[in-house]
Order: sequence, then C-alpha cells, then structure tokens
Amino acid sequence: MTEPLMKLEGLTKAYPGVVANSDVSFEIEAGEVHALLGENGAGKSTLVKTIYGLVKPDTGTMTLDGKPFTPAEPRAARAAGIAMVFQHFSLFEALDVAENVALGMENPPPMSALAQRIKEVSETYGLPLDPSRIVGDLSAGERQRVEIIRCLLQDPKVLIMDEPTSVLTPQEVDILFETLRKLKSEGTAILYISHKLEEIRALCDHATVLRLGKVVGTCVPRDTSAREMAELMVGGTLHVPEREAGETGETLMQINGLSAPSPAEFGTSLKDITLEIRAGDVIGIGGVAGNGQDELLGALSGEIRVGAGQVAFMGQDIGQLPPDARRTLGICAAPEERMGHAAAPDMSLTENAALTARKRKALTKKGFIDWGKTRDFAKEIIERFDVRTPGPGNAARSLSGGNLQKFVIGREILQDPQILIVNQPTWGVDASAAAAIRQALLDLAAKGAGVIVISQDLDELMEISDQFAALNEGRLSKPRPAQGLTVEEIGLMLGGAHDMEVAHVD
Amino acid sequence: MIILEKRPQPSQFWSYGAPLVAVIVTMIFGAALFAVLGKPPMEALSKIFWEPLFGEFNFFYLPQLLIKGAPLVAIALGLSLGFKAGIWNIGAEGQYIIGALCGAGVGLALYPMEARWLVLPAMLIAGAFGGFAWAMIPGILRVKFNTNEILVSLMLVYVAEQLLAAMALGAMKNPEGMGFPGSRNLSQYASASSWIDQSNGMHWGVVLALIAVIFAYILFTKHILGFQINLAGQAPRAAAFSGVNPARLVLFCLGISGALAGIAGLTEVSGPAGVVSIDFNVGYGFTAIIVAFLGRLHPVGILMAGALMALTYIGGDVAQSSLGLPKAAIQVFQGTLLFSLLGIDVLTNYRVRMKQGAVA
Ligand SMILES: Nc1ncnc2c1ncn2[C@@H]1O[C@H](COP(=O)(O)OP(=O)(O)OP(=O)(O)O)[C@@H](O)[C@H]1O
Ligand SMILES: [Mg+2]
Repeated sequence: MTEPLMKLEGLTKAYPGVVANSDVSFEIEAGEVHALLGENGAGKSTLVKTIYGLVKPDTGTMTLDGKPFTPAEPRAARAAGIAMVFQHFSLFEALDVAENVALGMENPPPMSALAQRIKEVSETYGLPLDPSRIVGDLSAGERQRVEIIRCLLQDPKVLIMDEPTSVLTPQEVDILFETLRKLKSEGTAILYISHKLEEIRALCDHATVLRLGKVVGTCVPRDTSAREMAELMVGGTLHVPEREAGETGETLMQINGLSAPSPAEFGTSLKDITLEIRAGDVIGIGGVAGNGQDELLGALSGEIRVGAGQVAFMGQDIGQLPPDARRTLGICAAPEERMGHAAAPDMSLTENAALTARKRKALTKKGFIDWGKTRDFAKEIIERFDVRTPGPGNAARSLSGGNLQKFVIGREILQDPQILIVNQPTWGVDASAAAAIRQALLDLAAKGAGVIVISQDLDELMEISDQFAALNEGRLSKPRPAQGLTVEEIGLMLGGAHDMEVAHVD
Repeated sequence: MIILEKRPQPSQFWSYGAPLVAVIVTMIFGAALFAVLGKPPMEALSKIFWEPLFGEFNFFYLPQLLIKGAPLVAIALGLSLGFKAGIWNIGAEGQYIIGALCGAGVGLALYPMEARWLVLPAMLIAGAFGGFAWAMIPGILRVKFNTNEILVSLMLVYVAEQLLAAMALGAMKNPEGMGFPGSRNLSQYASASSWIDQSNGMHWGVVLALIAVIFAYILFTKHILGFQINLAGQAPRAAAFSGVNPARLVLFCLGISGALAGIAGLTEVSGPAGVVSIDFNVGYGFTAIIVAFLGRLHPVGILMAGALMALTYIGGDVAQSSLGLPKAAIQVFQGTLLFSLLGIDVLTNYRVRMKQGAVA
C-alpha cells in the first residue's frame, strides 16, 4: 500500500464549553474526493480550519506526503499545497476579477500576465470567467469561481471546500462538479463539506461522518442512500416534514405593483411585483440569488420603504412603515445573510434576541430593556430549535453556521408572526435540522399565518409550498399551485434565468 | 522576525489592560524625554503625577483637578456616544464656545437682576441649546446631503472662534471695562455664577458631568438607545434590519454631544473663566477626543481618563514652573499618551509572535 497523501491522527480541539473535534483521525489519498458529513456544529469547519492553519489543535498530528505538517498560519498551509474555498466570499465588489485574485497572492505577477494565467486556468478547468469583469456584477457562482481560480493558481495538492454549493444554482453546481472531477483526475485531493447528500453521492468517493466532534462512521456515498447517511449523522431516524392540508383563509397581505430601486450598488431593482398572501398559505419563491431576493425581503420587512399603495397588510398601507412598526403588526422576516444582517456577530445571543423581538415579546418597558426576560427568550429559542451552544451569553460569531441559522429562524417563528418572510431558511443547515425548520414553517402556516419562503433550493420549495412563483431580474412570475408542477413548467417559470451551459471540459 | 497575528476574538485582558500599559509606557518615554532635556526625570514625573495629589500645595491643586476634569469628562461622554456608532464629531470645541456664548448672552442680558433660581438655569438651558444647535449643523447636513460630519464640525470650530472674538470685542464687551476686551465677570454676578464652592473647585459643571456619567452608564447597560448605538457601530446592516433609524441616530448622538459640550462651555465661562474673552477656549473639545478613547468609550473609563488627563495638565504646569520644563515638552508628553494607547491597542486584536527564519 502506498502512503496516503494526508493523514490526520487524533485531532482534538476544545472551545470553552464545547469539544469541537475529539480524537479525529482519517486519511485522504491523492485524487480522492473525500466528504465530511455531520450535523450543524459537528465540527466540520473546525477540522478543515485546522488543516488550513486557522485553528491550532489541542492535541493530535497531521502528516502531508509522509512528513509532519503543522501549519502555524494559512500562509504556511498554502505554501505546503493546501487551498481552501470558504463559504463566505472575501472579495472586493468594486475591483475586477484579476485585481481580486492578485490581492490574495503573496507575490502577484504583473496584471497582464496574471489575466493571461486566469484565462488559461479558467479554460483548462471549464470555469468560464472574464478576468476584466467587475466582481460586483458577478453571480454567486461566478464569484465562487474567482475564489476557486485563486486556489488553482497555486497548484494545490489538497483543495478544501466548505459548503460550496449552498449558494449555487443547479447549473452552476454542474459546472463546479465538472471542474472538481477534472482536478481529481489530475491527482488533486478534494475535501468536501456539504449538507446536500445527493450531491455527495454524485461526487465523493469516501465519506467520514462526524457527530459531536467524533468520527462515528465512514461510508462509500455511491453505495449508501441519502437517508442512511442522514441517519448516520444524527444517530437516529430522520423525520420528514408533513403538513395537514389546511384551508387558506382571508387575505393578509397584498402586494400591488411593487417597484423599488435597490439600495445596494450592485443590487437588482424590484419591478412591478404583485402577490397576495392568505392566511395559511406557504408561497415559495424560486430563482437564482441576486435577482431581487434581498430587495424583496427588504421591501416587506421595512428596511426598504416603498411608495403608497404598493404593500398592504389587512387593508392598511404599510409601505412607509419602519421594521419595528411592521413587527408590531405581525410581520417578521429573516434575511439570508446571518452574519451582520440577521445577527450582529460580536453580540451575545441574548442581545441578538433583542435585535428583532423587543416589540412582539415586550422585552422593553419605556425603552428600558428587560435583560432577564430577553435572556429567557434566547434560552427558549436555543431549546426549541436545538441550537447547539453552551448558552445565551455566547457571541453569535462563535456558533457554527447552521446553528446560527437555526437561532435566527427560531427567533422569528417564536414571535408568532402573522406574516413571515424568510430568505434561504435552511442555508447551511443539516438535513434533520432543515426538516425541523421546514416543519416549523408549516406549523406556523397551519396556525393561520402567511409564509413566504424565498429559496434557491427547488426541492425545498416543492416540499413545503402551496404556491410557487419565480423571481427573475426583479420581476415575479404569476404564482401557480405548487402541487403537480412539473420540472419543465418550473423551468419555464424561471425562464430567462441565466441559462448557463455546462462548460465542456477537454 | 516579529509578526502580528490576528486574534480570533478581541482579548478581554488587553482591552482593559491597554490604557494602563499606555500610561506606563508614556511615563517611561516622558522620563527619557526629560532626561534628554537635562532635567531630572524622576523628579519631573513626581512633579506631574505626585505633587498635585499629595504634595505640600495639594489644597491648591486638587480643586484645579475638578475644574479641568469636569469639562473633559462631560465633552468626552457626549463624543463617546457618536464614536461608538461611527459618527465622528470632531468639533466639540466649537460647540463648547457657542454654548458658552449663548449662556453668557442670557446671563449678560439679565444683568443685574438678582434671581439665582432663574438666571443660572436659564443660562444652562441656553448653553445646552447653543451647543446642541451648533452640532445640529453638521448633523442636518449629513442627514440631508450626506456631507462628512468630520469636516463640517471641524470647520465650525474656526467659525465659532471668530464669533467668540467678535462677541468679546463687540456685543458682549463690558461697558464698564474701560475699553478692555472681554465681558463682565459672570462669576462675580451672584445669580449667574456657576460656583458652588469656589475654594474646593466645586461648580455646577462638575455636578452635571458626574450626573452625565451615571446617565451614560444607564443608557448603555439598560436602555434600548444605548443598544442601538452599539448595534449601529458594530453591524450597520443588522441595525437597519432591527429598525434603527440611521438619520435619527446621527442627530441624537451629535445633539447630545453638542449639548454636553455647550453645558461645559457655559459652566466654564460663568465660573472658572468668568469672562467671555478672545482666548476663552483652551482646547478641551479636542483633548476630550483623547479622553474618550483613553476611557475605552466607557462612561466609567472616561471618568478615570478625564481625571488622568486633568492631572497631566496640572502636573505639567507644576513641572513647568518649578523645573522650568518647556511647555512643548509637556504637550509632547500628553500626545505620547494617545500614541502609546493606539499602539498598544493593537494587542487587543492582534497577538505578537516571534518567528525564526525566512518564510517561503
Ligand atoms: N471560535 C469559537 N469559539 C467557541 N466555540 C466555537 C468557535 N468556533 C466553533 N465553535 C463551536 O465548535 C463546534 C463546532 O463548530 P463547527 O463550525 O466546526 O461546526 P460545523 O460542523 O462546521 O457546523 P455547520 O454545519 O453548522 O457549519 C460548535 O459547537 C461551535 O459552537
Ligand atoms: Mg461549518
């Protein structure tokens, strides 16, 4: 047997109150696509950050190419041949692609040579990308390509991808997978984290499953069903959301010819959107991110004020009301970006509970915050939504991605809203927690609330929506009953969406 | 090679320890500076830090400490609201002057009416309003036209100084002053004087500064406005989502800091300074910026930093007169305090590590 490319032995890393990794060992061969599976907070990100030199393990060793590997910082890891694509991009929107790539390099070559290199790499690996385009104009998938190309330029031996597909469209996922297969055929090892089990089955050769920081099993994804893998992760059986077919009731919210410019420099304006939300309705809104999703949520939550008569709640014109006034009426929202938008990263969970819930939960009296009551509410969210954290005093930043998402969604649902608007509610959330969130959304609707779910995940939308509409360049298609919609019909509704071809790889 | 490494979380220890270390570094640097100037370093330091507090003449210096510290603390507290939220009022000096002018104007207009219950309160209100209104100029310009409040508030300092000169030489000039510039002495006009007990340095500015510390403390620990100020500074998008109105926050922070600076100006002019004169302002509005940061933008921290700053002023005077240290050396010494604080502050977010050999 040949020596494996990378070997991890007994890695342990503890944070105050949690053991993120406990005695983790496994091996990665050259040319292997290795999946890391596990629930939210199982310790996947911590493990790959250890490999990338961002986290120092308490105990344990790593070897690369048979030699001991102890990166003190990402630069050392990169020099040794480790590259990583983070879920949250670190790009400057106002700069072009080549400039962004140069910023990530230690000794960038002259711009023209770099642009040439980017072109070559993007052609070789089937990642269509023009080096002179401004990043602000790129889609999420294209931005990710910038990050990937930045990695490929350093000829990595191991490429780490932490939840790369949660922001991609199905077409973009196909393009990405072609690239990864090509890299694999050249002998690059890929360490791949995702909660999308079908993707893992399509792409990965081996999988290591983590639970509460420990390795609890391994499997060959091709020969294991998604359900089996999910159950391996949870250590129990998986609950599939179900809904009782409820009657839809009176009209709660009426959106009439909603048009609004985007406040963001590279945003999409909303154009003439019309939609009616009834009690008990779950309306799914599909479409590629960046087509007005953020703006639509903002216009409904009150972050963006709109003209008279465009948004009405129970017959009252609310287009000019600020967020707090809308929450008082019963309109809650959960934006897509959890760090810095839905939650303040450096504040505790208690403080983050006060962020949106102070009106509906009566957390303030004459402007004075009742911190005891706020802490209790934060505790309730943590308990009811199974947020894995030592307690409400912890900073939002210290939660794993999926756990913060659970907290944010839980905070809004537990306020008992009349209307709830969520954008990517299960982004980065593991299969069982995603099922729990969807169930909670359905329960809310069953209690008579109207729910708008904006998502890129068509399966998710089909699972929970009564009606489906597509958002495309700021326009919303006419909603149609979700039951019985065929893939072709959905495709037509999304029509005009960037129809990207899978790049041909030679 | 020494490298700086970013900490995953800001260090609690350094966040509180940095001001202390900064003071120590400043002392060491100061000692070296005084030695180079040919003065005995230890004696100079003790003149600055020991003499005013525990020396033979401390009955003279201690009241000075209150007089110098109060305006610094009051102004720095106001500034800290905005600084936390990312709103940069650099023109407190101007608001201080205008507050003094408005308050003094009311006092001089009512002269010689004797009614302490009316005159001083009316002056206080006018002083607070003057500072508030002067701060509203950059506030409204920023909210309406998105101008930079740093530039506007700073420029308005120079406008305020011109106004001060015009008033001292014109409208507010003492008619019985035999032609000398400067107004009537308000501290000798019983109903207008801000003194409570002159021999101890107690005046209304001291009392109001202490009350402001308590209010600011409650604001930040208990009140939704303090929460919103922090939120807006840390995560502006989350603040907008939460429902913080950015325009209102700008006006609130600038308004409060202006009003506090105005009150500080008024209590100064009707007490320790006494008269509206060309050289009435001595830079409290600028020094308060240092005090705000030295105090970590925390109310109690600002109280301590204000006291320390006042001490270096008074101790500086002592050293100047008794050792013949040049004034500039004392100013360099004070400036070093801010420099070393900023330098050492790096340790809150970064960690220093030694590294051997070259890096590939
Ligand atoms: N800087 C930190 N301080 C304290 N605790 C932390 C920190 N980073 C991570 N943790 C904790 O370590 C555990 C593992 O987190 P990690 O981010 O590795 O999970 P994950 O498997 O990537 O989850 P997800 O699928 O939700 O992204 C969690 O309980 C998390 O709260
Ligand atoms: Mg993670």
